[in-house]
Amino acid sequence: MTIRVIALNTFREAVRDRILYLLLFFAALSIGLSRVLALLTVGDRIKIIKDVGLASISFFGALMAILIGTGLVYKEIEKRTIFTLLSKPIRRTEFILGKFFGLVLTLLVMTGLMALIFLALLFAHTRRIEWSIPAALFFIMLELVLLTAVAILFSSFSTPILSTLFSLSFYLIGHFSWSLETLIRKMRPGLGRTVVRVLYTALPDLETFNYKTEVVHGLPVPAAAWLTAPAYAVCYTAFVLLLAVLVFRRRDFI
Amino acid sequence: MASPGGGRRRGAVDLPPFSRRGSGRTIAFGGIPAMKRPPPRRGAPRPGGSIEIDGMSDYNGAGTRMNAVLELSDVRKSFKLGFIPKTREILKGISFSVAEGEIFGYLGPNGAGKTTTIKCALGLIFPDSGSIRLFGRPHLDPKAKERLGFLPENPYFYDYLTATEFLDFYAQLFKIPKDVRRERIPRLLRLVSMERAAGLPLRKFSRGMLQRVGLAQALINEPALVILDEPLGGLDPIGRKEIRDIILRLRDEGKTVVFTSHILQDIEMICHRVAIIVGGRILSQGRLSDLVSEKILYTEITVSGLDPAEAASLGESVSSEGGRLLLKVHDEAKVADVLELVRERRARVHALVPRTLTLEDIFVDMVKPK
Repeated sequence: MTIRVIALNTFREAVRDRILYLLLFFAALSIGLSRVLALLTVGDRIKIIKDVGLASISFFGALMAILIGTGLVYKEIEKRTIFTLLSKPIRRTEFILGKFFGLVLTLLVMTGLMALIFLALLFAHTRRIEWSIPAALFFIMLELVLLTAVAILFSSFSTPILSTLFSLSFYLIGHFSWSLETLIRKMRPGLGRTVVRVLYTALPDLETFNYKTEVVHGLPVPAAAWLTAPAYAVCYTAFVLLLAVLVFRRRDFI
Repeated sequence: MASPGGGRRRGAVDLPPFSRRGSGRTIAFGGIPAMKRPPPRRGAPRPGGSIEIDGMSDYNGAGTRMNAVLELSDVRKSFKLGFIPKTREILKGISFSVAEGEIFGYLGPNGAGKTTTIKCALGLIFPDSGSIRLFGRPHLDPKAKERLGFLPENPYFYDYLTATEFLDFYAQLFKIPKDVRRERIPRLLRLVSMERAAGLPLRKFSRGMLQRVGLAQALINEPALVILDEPLGGLDPIGRKEIRDIILRLRDEGKTVVFTSHILQDIEMICHRVAIIVGGRILSQGRLSDLVSEKILYTEITVSGLDPAEAASLGESVSSEGGRLLLKVHDEAKVADVLELVRERRARVHALVPRTLTLEDIFVDMVKPK
């Protein structure tokens, strides 16, 4: 109940922030640009539109999660609104979870809007509804949920600029950590390989949520992915939120 | 101003106690009427000139202690500050208790630890040691916070919300049903004379307006205890009076008010009891009437019909104009002598004014570096 109230207020805060609409505008521009890129390409133009469109939604969704998420908790502390809020009968855990769910709700709505623009553009070309697209969007949303938790974790102890840098690093590392797996295969057994393996296990692997290629090229999404990707997202998110709560719970608000 | 016990609107006896169980203290319970309470003991002046008033006697006595709505005992807090962390003790063992129905003034110069104390009580800061109880419960218990209202110093609020949305948000945190919210929010906005700004986003509010909406926010759950941190800061004289009137109205409704200030007049005007904190220590606490009337500096007596030479033996003659003589009598016992002389000589007394210490005198005396 309390979490819901805080989440709805967080949603209200986010949708009244101009930065969200700026990002939405650029996302729409980027999706529209896929049409121009398609004109310059030889071959299947629809594939280009799908590829660029999905990549745009994924990228701008991530930017929204990071740019808004990193400010959410910090702003409450900086603007001292947290003094009043925590004097009410709420627990600090509820505060963090409320912020998290509020931002997830915001991203759900924003991804929905971007998807509408994208599907409309696609429909204008193909004259049919592409049912494979929502599958890709589902996995993108899982990634955004995890990113939200990460942004909130950093926001609970660091300034927005640093938190943004940390979260962006998390995003980039997450998308390139798969290369460690390739590296492991090429290394001989030994200390080096163990270190790389530990690193690979600890670092996030955001490529778990990337099924854009499959969707674009009409390949089937592996059945196991429907189970492993959500499980991975839920566990990692829960772990990150737990860290955020632990950081936040004993903090003094001077 | 409340007289000792009897004049307080809510007597010690007729209210249910909060902390009957659990505290482990043996407290004579209930029934001693206010009149029979032992008279407050007056402490001797401490070396160094500060004054100790045993204002707690009111609470150590049977009965009233039961109704302590906020109790701090030996609360200590230090912070590690700076790039190379250096521990600085901000609160050095704060103890006080606030009884139900009183207006408690927490007075101290800037940086004395007032806000830190308040934040400890609210659970925003975790003290290093000591205990804090709200309504007889541990202060972090959300149940205790349900009966609490708080207005922070220099309030900043969600500037993207309108005044109504803002109050509605906090009301929902208290799980107040919708129909009650719909009735209460306009009423509170009227109370702080902000009803015309109900639909405006808070970012358009001036400081004084924020202060008022902040006060409305603190009252949203009809709290039994209202803690106000510098509630009169940043207000114009009319605003100050309005907020003071609201505080007095809260007292009339039987609520307990704790407020901090470094402005003495505010405290002097409306508080029952005060605690003075300087450098993280409470230097004095007690009923305001005891604190300020503790020391009668001298008595000014204006008389006519007395021989100045005769009167001069009793007190310092300040002026004699138009047959009126202004005497400054330093010894309290001599006041009676002057009056006796007036009676004998069939002279007239025009005025008799005991000049006592004002809160300001006491405060300046304490804050002064020794």
